[in-house]
Formats: sequence, C-alpha cells, structure tokens
Amino acid sequence: MEAFYEWFRVLYDDTGINLPFLYDSYDRNRMFYGFLMTVKLSVVCLFFSVIIGIIGAWLQASPFKWTRRLINGYIQLFRNTPPLVQLYFFYFAIGSLLPKVATDYGGQAPLLGNFAWAVISLSFFAGSFNVEIFRSGIEAVPKSTVEAAEALGFSRLQIYRDITLPLAFRVILPALNNNLVNLVKTTTLAYAIAVPEMLYEANQIWSDNVNVTEMMIFMLITYFLLVGVLVWGMDRWERAMKIPGYGT
Amino acid sequence: MKKQEFQTDLPVMLPVTAKTGEGFNFRLKPWHGLVIVGFCIFSSRLGYAQSDTVQTSSLETLVRWMPLLLQGFIFNLVISVCAMAIGTVVGAALGLGQISLNGWVRKLAWGLTQFFRNSPWLVLLFFAMFLLPFELRLGIFAIPLPDWLKAIIGLSLPVMANVSEIVRGAVTSLPSGQWEAAESLAYTRRQTLWLVILPQCVKRMLPPWMNLYSILTMATVLASIVGVSEVMTLTGQALAAEGGRPELLAPFYSFVLLLFFIYCYPIARWTVYLEKKFAVIN
Amino acid sequence: MSWNDSQPMVSIKNVHKSFGALEVLKGVSLDVMKGEVICIIGPSGSGKSTLIRCINALNDIQEGSILVEGQEVNDSKLDKLELRKKVGMVFQQYNLFPHKTALENVMMAPIRVLKQDKDEVEKTARALIRKVRLEGKEDSYPGELSGGQQQRVAIARSLAMKPDVILFDEVTAALDPETVNEVLLTIKDLADEGMTCILVTHEMGFAREVADHIYFTDRGVIVEHGPPTNFFDNAKDPRTKEFLSQIL
Repeated sequence: MEAFYEWFRVLYDDTGINLPFLYDSYDRNRMFYGFLMTVKLSVVCLFFSVIIGIIGAWLQASPFKWTRRLINGYIQLFRNTPPLVQLYFFYFAIGSLLPKVATDYGGQAPLLGNFAWAVISLSFFAGSFNVEIFRSGIEAVPKSTVEAAEALGFSRLQIYRDITLPLAFRVILPALNNNLVNLVKTTTLAYAIAVPEMLYEANQIWSDNVNVTEMMIFMLITYFLLVGVLVWGMDRWERAMKIPGYGT
Repeated sequence: MKKQEFQTDLPVMLPVTAKTGEGFNFRLKPWHGLVIVGFCIFSSRLGYAQSDTVQTSSLETLVRWMPLLLQGFIFNLVISVCAMAIGTVVGAALGLGQISLNGWVRKLAWGLTQFFRNSPWLVLLFFAMFLLPFELRLGIFAIPLPDWLKAIIGLSLPVMANVSEIVRGAVTSLPSGQWEAAESLAYTRRQTLWLVILPQCVKRMLPPWMNLYSILTMATVLASIVGVSEVMTLTGQALAAEGGRPELLAPFYSFVLLLFFIYCYPIARWTVYLEKKFAVIN
Repeated sequence: MSWNDSQPMVSIKNVHKSFGALEVLKGVSLDVMKGEVICIIGPSGSGKSTLIRCINALNDIQEGSILVEGQEVNDSKLDKLELRKKVGMVFQQYNLFPHKTALENVMMAPIRVLKQDKDEVEKTARALIRKVRLEGKEDSYPGELSGGQQQRVAIARSLAMKPDVILFDEVTAALDPETVNEVLLTIKDLADEGMTCILVTHEMGFAREVADHIYFTDRGVIVEHGPPTNFFDNAKDPRTKEFLSQIL
C-alpha cells in the first residue's frame, strides 16, 4: 500500500501532478473524513426528510383546512426558494436567536453547531419534496384493492401495513431515489457554513497545496462516481422491487 | 396507459403528482403576498424587540438597503437567463447527439450528459471559476472572462446536461408509430425529426424545462460563494456594513427568500398548469 | 346463537340506500337459504352491485335490515371483521394484491386475519389452487396471469376463509369472452358442492343453469323473481320482458 502511495509522490516530482490526498497521510485523512462527513450528512438528512415526508403526507390528509394550508405553505416555500438561502436563514438568522450554552472549557458555544443546522435545513428542503411523493404514493394504491382486503376481514392497521404501504412504497421508490440523489448533491451546500464535508476538505487541501486543478478534477470524478454508484444501486433495487405487471 | 417520464435528475415530481390532490388547486391569491410581507415585518419586529441598543429599526434598515439588494437580484436573473440560454442551446445539441444513429456520437453525448448531471452544481461552479483562465486568447484578441461570466458558464454546465436529458426523454417517449408513419411516407430521418418528432416534443419538454429554469434561478445564489456580487453577496456586505447586528439577519434573509419566492412560485404554478393541460391533450 | 339452518342464511328486508340525493335501493327484500344459489339480474345502474356490497358492509344502508345468520348488519356496533369471515366476496376487477404471488394471495388472509398456522394454510391454499384448476401458477404474480386466471385466484382467496356464503359481483364482466367459461365452471363447481352463492351477473344462460332463484331488479326495486324456468319462460312484468328480449 505504501508503495502505491509513494508512486503518487514520484508522480508529483516527475510530472507536477500533485495529489497530496494520496501520498500525504494528513491530507489523506482529511479527504477520508470529508467523504465520511458527506455520507453521514446524506444519511442523517435522508432519515429526517423521510420522517418529515411521512408526517407531512399524513397532515395533508387532515380534515382541518388550516393544517392542510400550513403544510402546502411549507412545501411551496421550501421548493421555491434557494436552499442556500434557507441554510443561511437557519444557521445565521435562527441560530443567532437561540441561547448559547456553556462549554466544558468555560466558553460559550451555540446551542446547535453547523452540522446540526445543515441537517435541519437540508432535511426540511428534501422533506418538502417527500411530502408530495408520499401523498401521491398512497393515492396511487387503488381503492378497490383496499376494499378487497376489507372484504377479507383485514383490520385497518393490517391493510395499511400489508397492502397500502408495500404498494405505495414501490410506486414512490423511483421518485424517492431521485430525491436522495439530489440530496447527496445538495450536501455540498454545507460547505457554505463550514461543515467539513468532502468539498470543504478539498478546498482546504487546495488552499494548502495550491493544486486547484487536480483537486477540482478529483472532486468531479469522485462525485460522479459516488452519484453514479448510487443511481446504479437504486436502479437495481427498483428493478428487484418491481411487481410483474403492476404500474406503467 | 403509459405515463411519460423524463429522465432528469431534477426534483421534477411531475410523473408522480400527476394525480391531483388539493395542492394542485392552490392558487396564488393576493392575501398570500400579505402573509409573506407580514412574515417579513414580523421577523424584523422580532429582531427589533430583541435589540437593546436601538439605532434604527430593522425594517427601516432593510428598506434603506432594498434598492441595492433588488439590483443584486436583477443580476441573479441576468445570470439565470444567460446560463439558461447557453445551457439550452448546447444541451439541445447534446440531446440530439444522444439519439444520433452514429454509435460513437451517441456514446459521447451520453457520457457527457451523465457526467455533468451527476456532479453537484456547486462543484461545477467551482470547476468553472478556478479552471477557466481570466481571459481567452484568440490570436491577437483577448476576451476577458470576468467572474460573473465564469459563473454563467459554470451554471450552464448542469443546465446543459439536464436539457440534454429532457430532449432525449421527450423524443424517446413518443410512440414509435410516429417514426414508422413518417418513414412509410418516405421522409428522411432528418425530416422526420424536425417536421414530425420535435414539434410534438416541444409541449412535452416545456414543463420540465421551466422547472429546470426555476431550479437554475435558485442556484444562482451559489455564485455568492465564489464572490460574484449577486444578491446574496450584497446581503452579506450590507449586513457587514451595518456592523453585523444579529437582529438584522432574519429580516434580510427573509427578504432574499421572498424575492426568490415571488419569482419562482408563479413559474412553478405555471409549470403545473401546463403539465396538466398537455396531459389532457395526450 | 339463535340462528339455525331452517332460517334464511341471508335475510334482506326493506333495504334503502342513497348516495347523497340519489336513492339507489328503494326497499329491497329477499331471503337466501343455506346451500341456495341466487342470481340477481337487471339493467346496469339498477342497484344490483350496491345491494350485495351492503351484505358484507362495504356499503352501509340508511333503512331496513340485513340479517346474516341472524346477525344484524345494519348496526353501528357490528363487528365487521366477524361478518366478513362469514361472507366472502369476489369482485368484478379481481382486486388481487399485485405484490403477492397467487399462492400468497390465497394464504394471506387466513394467516393474518384468522391467525391460522402457516403450514396448514399453505396445504389448504395449494389444494384450493388445484381446485380452481391453476396448478403450476402458484408462484405467478397477478400481473402475469390472464383475467380469467386472476379471477379464479380471487375465488380461491375467498374460499380460503371458509365463508358460509360468497358474493359474486359481476365477476365475468371484465373478462375476455374466451376466459368467461373457465370462471363460470369454477363457480358451478362450488354451487354443486352446496356453497351458498349470491351472484350479480349478466350471463343469462349461466343463471338459468345454476340458479335456484332469480331476482330481477330495476331502478332500485325487485320487479320480479322466481325459479329460473318460470322466470325466463313466463315473465309477467313488462319491464322484465323488455329486458329479457334485449338480452336473450
């Protein structure tokens, strides 16, 4: 492995192509943790955005007019404003209104750090799409299929668990995956509030090493591969979940 | 019934939301604007109430900066229109490349499309910012490339890839009978494409294209990260000039959110309207 | 309870049912004894389907009484699950669960609703699939089966609950002409075995062959009824005559 890393140092000496995140263990760690942070941010935001989507879809079916309006307002607001400004609004505007807490070292720290705010902001952004996705999925389950289950004596809960959800899930899977892919790409915005994700770490490295070209190309390839693998995996999953003769 | 589906990576939820619920009947009414303005005033009041040493009220400060911020916003719109124009032209060519009969052209166009679609917008913007030279030399002429021009180029890259995919999706979603019918009438492939296929595709492409424009407009604020003086950059500068008063943050950011909402929300409504209308025709 | 075989298994008395301002059933009464096969015929929109959907409480009624084995259906405290264990139903659109194989469709309700042992259920389910002549299709998904095959799975699914009476709601109306017969044959087998059946149908020849009693409905009332030979050859009411002349 060391020989492999060393080869890139030689490459740098010979050709001037500088890839410090391969031969320098410090930069290698930075890059690796940046990658982990991107994955972590994506997974945590995915989790919360799905929860927001489920709750939102449930509230959207509420009998109260104002509950429905509130949810619609949330959806439209978050879908029609720039996610970066949303992030700033959460992090700077709301963050500055929250009380500060004492740290172990006797200093003052904000109640929520930049990672937490990135999660909140991006989850609400992705969640606004998920609400519509979940609602349309549940609507897509034919009423007659539910009726058949009723006629067989299934209880409401059983129908929801055994019929509605499994069918709805398959209907929405492509849209949900599409949203997930977008979410992964949107995590780069966390760069703007200094969450040490991949792009941020790459920036640190190119600032130290003055190798913007190499880092930029590396970033493009990395994201291309990351998203490409994700899309490919989701595609396989969708195909595996496909019910013969159902849908389209 | 086969639903048409465009292979874009955008948050286009049209295929799924084709079944309409109440959300679709939601119309922009005057009072919605009032609610938003009220929210702005409220949030500035909130900040006002919080500040101990009152210089000028937050709202007054915001009003004073408004002309500058609006100018910045117009710059955002200029960037969005230019990036959309470039991205559409190049992307349409790339999309036609994806349905070319020549295997190599098709593979190349597909590869380029996938590459730029899978990359985050911000990374592409950085890419354009840092890797484009500050001027282009064509013989003795030197065309300067200022930051805002680089930003336009950087933003037009993902637009290009998505337009390419919209074109390909629309063409392949047409029933093959159209190609066969035109062929049996002895049209050449080029004639078939331009006289039969593409005119039918325009309607199918319009909603996702508008959706893309809306997303692009919202992405123009990314240019602030690389220092183009658009609305977000100016907001930051205005806040700094006011001495970084924390109570100003909420009203200023709300104002920027509001600007984009006022611009993008009608586009979104219109997109949904067109989508519904064309769905009925098809 | 107090109910025994000598009383009607299903007893409908003066049933009224409206959807909003539209009155669909205007005082319908009929009795079905155990082991009897009755056919309800009539022009579309005459309320036939609504009537049998009321029997297992998929629709509620405004007025009148429906007794199933002595139990009142028109009762807000009714245990719908108990009722639906006794009353099976087969739908016009089959309404199989698209994400389950034919065998799983048949097995699901006994396992989930009746909490029966899985191995036992599987044995019964395989026997039922054989009974409806679908051997070898156990692992096919509904989307891979023809309409007639799906409808036979639906019949097997209903039989798996061991109901006392089965409702057939225009079960051949959505089928291709060449597959109608295989479904009718299956129903005839059931009738011959002594299963109590209530059918809404447009298949006059079939009704004549299997029914013990025929009811003709028009505009929400029963116009005429009687044993098949009487009914088809000596219809008295002009409306019945007109309907029969159009259809035969």
